[in-house]
Amino acid sequence: MGDFILLMISAILVNNILLIRFLGNCPFLGVSRSMDTATGMGLAVIFVLTLAGMITWLVHHALLIPLGLEYLRTIAFILVIATLVQFVEMVIQKTAPPLYEALGIYLPLITTNCAVLGVAIINIEEGYDLMTAIFFSFASACGFALALVLIAGIRERFALVEIPRAFEGTAIGLITAGLIALAFSGFIGLV
Amino acid sequence: MSIKEEFTKGLWKTLPPFRLVLGLCPTLAVTTTGINGMGMGLATTFVLIFSNLFVSLLRKLIPPQVRIASFIVIIASFVVIVELIMQAYFYQLFKVLGIFIPLIVVNCIILGRAEAFASRNGPLASLADGLGIGFGFTISLFVLGCIRELLGSGSLLGVAVMWSGFEPFTFMLKPPGAFVALGILLAFMNLISSYQERKGG
Repeated sequence: MGDFILLMISAILVNNILLIRFLGNCPFLGVSRSMDTATGMGLAVIFVLTLAGMITWLVHHALLIPLGLEYLRTIAFILVIATLVQFVEMVIQKTAPPLYEALGIYLPLITTNCAVLGVAIINIEEGYDLMTAIFFSFASACGFALALVLIAGIRERFALVEIPRAFEGTAIGLITAGLIALAFSGFIGLV
Repeated sequence: MSIKEEFTKGLWKTLPPFRLVLGLCPTLAVTTTGINGMGMGLATTFVLIFSNLFVSLLRKLIPPQVRIASFIVIIASFVVIVELIMQAYFYQLFKVLGIFIPLIVVNCIILGRAEAFASRNGPLASLADGLGIGFGFTISLFVLGCIRELLGSGSLLGVAVMWSGFEPFTFMLKPPGAFVALGILLAFMNLISSYQERKGG
């Protein structure tokens, strides 16, 4: 159990997937303008990433390795993720319409979120077993959501202050992310 | 637009990742030196050129309902090719770029060009578009890599160029430095464009 707690702290704070490993930056700049969209995207990523981490691990160990097709990993994983996202979208739409209202528009975007494919590949390269892989996927997604909500909280305030024209929009968003990343690098050495 | 215009628009008007704010993950992660940035840019360009060409050639055969999935399969095939080539001939660079080579498949620039350009235009124009956007991306990554290398370790392309008492600015090599450097570069480009606009109009 102790190992899992360490893994969790490391994935959320020390090796934050968004700020330190640089995965999932494109959707991040798009949806971190307001708190509502940031929370919606964060929850959708937690949900899909945990599922994708589990399924890609199973595909790799039950399908690719026995058939000797490890070199097709990239293609296999992206297809699994794209199918999974589509499937999750359909299931949520049928079974939980309120949840679909909240997450619906973010789900298709997740296919091209490199955090999902990135974590799936890290799971394999680090040689995690199934439980660890699921846990690591969940923790990484939580780290993504945390960073996203933190930065959205700051960017919401930009509406109230005057920003030099050249820095408006994406430029100031990047610099904010840089400052938050600086704060996160204070956690290096925690585990 | 002529073929030449399709090519040159990627170099300034829609220069990724500044004008077209896509493909940020590799931009931030691998640009610790100029060479790494260029390697990543060239690998992406290779995939972009071939995916644009094949999407354009197959655009009449791909049913619109499953086009995104088909584009992803085309892109993923070329990413696997790049992965194998780099593993065989550029092993050092392959090690450094690591996970970001397979992640070219989810680089939004490539899927974006397939959807917005190659699926609507002929093969020749798509090839020019892919070359232009790819070179633009490579140059941006190279410049950002050089700036971070110069400030972060006082060297350029592996050769020490700063004066002897220069204190390296290691912040630039760390993850926070990547965000700040890209943010400032973007602001600088906005400044140039607004100056051009004022002069033009």
